[in-house]
Amino acid sequence: MKKNNVKAWLYLLPAIAFLGIFMVYPLIDVVIYSLEEGYNSASQSFFGVGLYNFSYVLHDPYFLQALKNTLILVVITVPVSTGLALLISLGLNSIKPLKNLYQTVYFLPYVTNTLAVGLVFMILFKKTAYSEGLVNLLINFFGGKSVDFIDGPYSAKMLVMCLYTVWIVMPFKILILTGSLASVNQDYYNAAKIDGTSRWRTFWRITLPMISPMLFYLIITGFIGAFKAYSDAVALFGTDLNASGMNTIVGYVYDMLYGNSGGYPSYASAAALLLFAIVFTITCINLRTRKRFQF
Amino acid sequence: MKNDQNNRFGKNLGKFVTYALLSVWGVIVLFPFFWMILSSFKSYGSYNAEYVPKFYVSDPTLQNYKDAFTQVPLAKYFGNTLIFTIATTAIMLLVIVLAAFAFSRLEFRGKNAVFALFLSLMMIPNELVIITNFVTITNWNMRNTFWGLILPSVTSVFYIYLLKENFEQIPDELYKAAKVDGTSDFKYLYKVMLPICRPTVITVVILKVIECWNSYVWPRLITDDQAYFLVSNGIQEIRENGFGRENIPAMMAAVVVISLPLIILFLIFRKKIMSGVMRGGTKG
Amino acid sequence: MKIVLEHLTKRYPNRNRKIKTEVIAASDLNLEIPDGQLIGLLGPSGCGKSTTLNLISGLEPPTEGKLYFGDRDVTDLPPEKRGVGLVFQNYALYPHLTALQNIMFPLQNLKGENRPSKKEMEERAVEAAKLVQIDHLLERRPKEMSGGQQQRVAIARALVKRPGVLLLDEPLSNLDARLRLQTREEIRRIQRETGITTVFVTHDQEEAMSISDSIVVMKDGEIHQIGKPQEVYDEPVNLFVAKFLGTPPINVFHGKVQSETLYIGKENVLSVPGAPDGAVSVGIRPEGFIPDADGAFCCGLDRVEIMGRDTSVVFNHPELEGEQGRAIASAEASASLAGESVRFTLKPSKTYIFNADGARIRFGK
Repeated sequence: MKKNNVKAWLYLLPAIAFLGIFMVYPLIDVVIYSLEEGYNSASQSFFGVGLYNFSYVLHDPYFLQALKNTLILVVITVPVSTGLALLISLGLNSIKPLKNLYQTVYFLPYVTNTLAVGLVFMILFKKTAYSEGLVNLLINFFGGKSVDFIDGPYSAKMLVMCLYTVWIVMPFKILILTGSLASVNQDYYNAAKIDGTSRWRTFWRITLPMISPMLFYLIITGFIGAFKAYSDAVALFGTDLNASGMNTIVGYVYDMLYGNSGGYPSYASAAALLLFAIVFTITCINLRTRKRFQF
Repeated sequence: MKNDQNNRFGKNLGKFVTYALLSVWGVIVLFPFFWMILSSFKSYGSYNAEYVPKFYVSDPTLQNYKDAFTQVPLAKYFGNTLIFTIATTAIMLLVIVLAAFAFSRLEFRGKNAVFALFLSLMMIPNELVIITNFVTITNWNMRNTFWGLILPSVTSVFYIYLLKENFEQIPDELYKAAKVDGTSDFKYLYKVMLPICRPTVITVVILKVIECWNSYVWPRLITDDQAYFLVSNGIQEIRENGFGRENIPAMMAAVVVISLPLIILFLIFRKKIMSGVMRGGTKG
Repeated sequence: MKIVLEHLTKRYPNRNRKIKTEVIAASDLNLEIPDGQLIGLLGPSGCGKSTTLNLISGLEPPTEGKLYFGDRDVTDLPPEKRGVGLVFQNYALYPHLTALQNIMFPLQNLKGENRPSKKEMEERAVEAAKLVQIDHLLERRPKEMSGGQQQRVAIARALVKRPGVLLLDEPLSNLDARLRLQTREEIRRIQRETGITTVFVTHDQEEAMSISDSIVVMKDGEIHQIGKPQEVYDEPVNLFVAKFLGTPPINVFHGKVQSETLYIGKENVLSVPGAPDGAVSVGIRPEGFIPDADGAFCCGLDRVEIMGRDTSVVFNHPELEGEQGRAIASAEASASLAGESVRFTLKPSKTYIFNADGARIRFGK
């Protein structure tokens, strides 16, 4: 028994070591950082302990901008992408020929590099001295006025950001929803057919409740994912997100840590903890309400 | 009878609308890919001369691909990413397989407590620990090294969990039979458990490779020497400092080159990858 | 309501597209089910009985033929306009709805003047629940009920619209043995009480025989025999039906008829007046053997299994299909059985002969 004990711990040793150094210790450390006021990374000294860092972050216009951007992103992209994914999955499940082809195509964005395709999006939307950009030409064609989506007005930039985010998150949602729609037992639909249930009612009273656990899961992970948005913003607007006013909370954390405005791990920690608090709250709400959706 | 015809007409119309909508989304998905490939074959001159961009290439050129490999160290980024992806995935696999084996097959004191602790770590977002990890790696003088890139991402509680669940489905009798035959634990793990759980292992590898290939944030923090840039950082570098001037066709060529490996991988292992993502996605 | 099937046929294109031939799931079915009867559709799996049920319910359109409910041609009607209730093999209860909500679901689909008021819907649902005796479980969800209870909810849901026809697809296959007996009585009772024309599908011949007014034996998409259970058992039209019905199963021997006498091996076992000469298959029900020291038919004796009231005599014979045969005899008649062999006299009414195609050859007057 004793020998077995030692052996088991040996098997676990690498995992425990890596997790200890790169997850558990940082977890404690980040709290300490966030409480150390006036931390200087060069001299590694600080003045005192308190909540000043949090207050600084919460009063920092850049953070507030980042918070606003992130919230808009969450509120817009999660419902839009989930709804659209549901619509597409319903369509996918109702056809037979070409279904595989469509599914393959829809999954492509999942395996592409966010930064790389973001660059393509930027070029499609960007208005330069030489060219209007393809999207603007399209707008012109329908009689609209061209807008600079990348360096122009805030709403235009937000729109591109949302569009790109939706484009990126759709493959996963379509995949999961198509799967869970297909797993609904056909007998339920036959039973509904015998009863003369209208298609509309079949959808609301049968399909939707049956896939609601999965839908709920997608919404929650969608929320969490959108709150952590960062690299899509970098892909579209470059690394200096504060300058373009398109920063996200995660972006704010990294900017505080490193880069031109970096060197403030305390502020970064405070912001990261605030983000965690938001995500944690959502997860808790999730766990609470989830029970209602299970049967 | 008339009703029947109406019905059939309605059905056909419904099918048509469905296919039309699905195709619209298909075009939206494919268009960026089409555009990057198209632009990558246009010469610098002709791209900039087209005020209204053409949907075809009048004088296809490979110059952009040449530029992408010569004017910026794209091959270097590529090689770095390959090393990073393979090394990270391989080390991670070793770490998680050993841990999952201990949790599923071995009995030791405190097993449940340790596992519960592991599970609770699953809730911790990466953003929270990255700050200290950045400081740690800096203090270890590992910035701009492969170890600095690799080490923080070689464990995943989620994958340990996934693998452990799968290991536990293997009937006890197999283990006992192996013990009777005098098979060592390690050999049993290697010869019996891993082959049986191959689908899960493949899932994990696929997910990890995709994650590695697209990772941006950590490499950006930990490398500022171009010699250690991964493709994501490379593409950002190309975008910001690029080819000396805003050479969009060359950028697109670079984008095509770095997108291609995963897309090819995906087209080959389409079923495996999709079912893997589905399993990984719905277990959590 | 009377149900009439006229030349009802269902063909599918072959799943393997390279094979051009079609799969015939139901072939030229002709059947008249009188009003208020309980009919068992019986056959091995893949025999087309479920397809037949789906054709009646309207879930699948027929390729050819006509279907009438009463005098109404319902061939082209969609399922909801036929007035049928269908109970699925796995019940297909909506897991997110309570028993009451499940039962009310069909009523809530009704539109216009047919739509009852909310109160009326509930009354009718409760009434249906009372009929199947689950009115005390109305607030439970399917997950919180046993298989038998779920089954009853499913029946109540099928009945709540007061359909003219009730269809049951393998209603008992998901229940354990004890519940199965109980539930089949229950189905019979409900059917009697409502007087609704009922068709149910099963592969279990005992189940079908025990509760049906008539059974329909199917194989390979064709109806082989229709009749009252006892009639079908006593007078099978062909070898398949004879083999399919009865536990223990019928014993089949190779034999031949020569000048109106039936031979199994060299032995002259029975006189069969009127049967033509030729090779035949001989089916003998287990109860058709009478142990008799002077019997004409000699078999190797394997063992005697005592079952109390009866005795089961396990025997072998070189002309027997399969390794062993089984005869059921009264305990007294088989008390003295011992040794290597046993002799039987055959009951003519329990002995059937079939030609090479499996068709019954009748003999006697």
